[in-house]
Amino acid sequence: MQQLFGLIDADSFYVSCERAFQPALEVKPVVVLSNNDGNIVARSRESKALGITMGMPFFKAKPIIEKHNVTWFSSNYTLYGSLSRRVFDTIDRFVPALEHYSIDEGFVHFDPGQHERDAHEIRQTVRQWTGIPVSVGIGSTKVLAKIASTIAKKHPEYGGVVDLSGADADRYLQDFDVSDVWGIGPRYSQFLKSDDEPDAAQPDLWEGAGLSRIRQKLKVETALELKRCPDAWVRKHLTIKGLRLVWELRGISCPPLEVFEQPRKGICCSRSFGRPVTTVEELGEAVAMHAVRGGEKLRRQHLAASHMTVFISTSRFRQNPDEIYSGGASWRLPYPTSYTPVLVAAAQALLKRAYKPDFVYHKAGIFLSDIVADSERQQNVFAGIDDERRTRLMEAVDQINRKHGRYTLRPLAVSDERGWEMRRRNLSPCYTTRLGEVLKVKAC
Amino acid sequence: MGMSAHKLIITTVSKAETGARVSLASYLCCVPAGFPSPASDYVESEIDLNDWLITNKLATYIVRVEGDSMAGEIHSGDRLIVDRSLEPRHGDVVIACLDGEMTVKRLIVEDGRRLLVADNPDYPPIELNGEQELLIWGVVTSSIHRLR
Repeated sequence: MQQLFGLIDADSFYVSCERAFQPALEVKPVVVLSNNDGNIVARSRESKALGITMGMPFFKAKPIIEKHNVTWFSSNYTLYGSLSRRVFDTIDRFVPALEHYSIDEGFVHFDPGQHERDAHEIRQTVRQWTGIPVSVGIGSTKVLAKIASTIAKKHPEYGGVVDLSGADADRYLQDFDVSDVWGIGPRYSQFLKSDDEPDAAQPDLWEGAGLSRIRQKLKVETALELKRCPDAWVRKHLTIKGLRLVWELRGISCPPLEVFEQPRKGICCSRSFGRPVTTVEELGEAVAMHAVRGGEKLRRQHLAASHMTVFISTSRFRQNPDEIYSGGASWRLPYPTSYTPVLVAAAQALLKRAYKPDFVYHKAGIFLSDIVADSERQQNVFAGIDDERRTRLMEAVDQINRKHGRYTLRPLAVSDERGWEMRRRNLSPCYTTRLGEVLKVKAC
Repeated sequence: MGMSAHKLIITTVSKAETGARVSLASYLCCVPAGFPSPASDYVESEIDLNDWLITNKLATYIVRVEGDSMAGEIHSGDRLIVDRSLEPRHGDVVIACLDGEMTVKRLIVEDGRRLLVADNPDYPPIELNGEQELLIWGVVTSSIHRLR
């Protein structure tokens, strides 16, 4: 029997994570802000209805937020990551295969025949165990499953599950805007919806495909119209990627072009400051903190880096060219490493080369590249380096920091992380990962 | 010319740690030439409180109690283990969202009436009628009370 895909997608995931521990916020308007409390990155249905748009700067949304008493949160990625794991580990119990797609979306394979029942059971179980509402879209291809989940989210009256694997799929596709089809970007959707043929001088592919020549460009506004476009036309205007997409709309599953996992190119740790920074000492603390983070990321994945770049820059929004500077410096480390003291020392040395006085800096970061797996790392031939001891020391440090919170143990160069941490003025507790921050319940 | 810093930014998504911590019993005897330990056939893994206290890890949460309305079995400052996958039954201690606040109470079901009762008689029971917004968030399965 034919394979069926499902796309399981959490509804306003960040908002739902906050609500999971504050059920009183259900059906109330809630938003979550980006790093440094800059922009709106998640909105509940109620906040969308108030006219708060995705990506809207916080200060612009403030009047609406205050007028309508919208609850806002700084983003708590620790919490969202933890709940994402719970959600997908729960889903994993119900399906033969699960493929993570993002923090709040995953593709699953369904056993045909009982797919609708399974979908409803997943939805109900995830909601009860984690508090997170999810929508499930079902289709014979991933593109159809994705469309189905979008419809399920938009139309709560369908009960959170939409199945496009049946004969009535076209009924849904004819109402589905082509610009919402997965993979159709704004440029293609503008082209598809327009009337004019951009290059009439092109060789006539229509005839080549055995079709009568049509002078006017196809006007494609819905997913159904796209599905019915001739292959040659799609290939000409939307490339081979577009053709695969159209085939997927027709129910023919096309495995992705890139089947091999891309090797990891680099690790970047950077962040805008919450306040203006001018001195090399302050920048030094910031890059040291990023070096510590970079080391942690490397070790968590059993990797080592042998190339480091440090970069610093002023704000993009400065008008006067004399006030704009962005600089960087790179260095090849003598050997691949994930050892924090080496990374911190390198970052600070590089910073001194990149730094220019008299600028107001807005951002600093490090980039680690030439990354190899620990196992591929060549044995250190440098005298006096006790690799074994360094590894054990870092393991101990990581363990303590995981248990007692980041930066419990840190190099002296990172004097006080609070000044460098993001501006997060309304951060919720890490309910599921820190014993000291668990949900408080009243007994009174 | 300084290099253009913003072009370097490649955001990476780090793989989440999903591995559970598992302690394995080590061999009691590792001298290859020696006599095998008589205990090596009887190796068992050490007691793990997680196994005992947590049935459904994915649905289990820890919460902290504030207040003495459940005094007797549950004290202020105790940690409770809450399983959200369980159906609340008569007599269960539950976490309920009551008028916007998360509270710990005992659920009593009597002649079709649902009551949230405090174990401490100083607090009056709350009868749940249709108008009152009630959400039972989870069922408490254990209370952890540290003595020192």
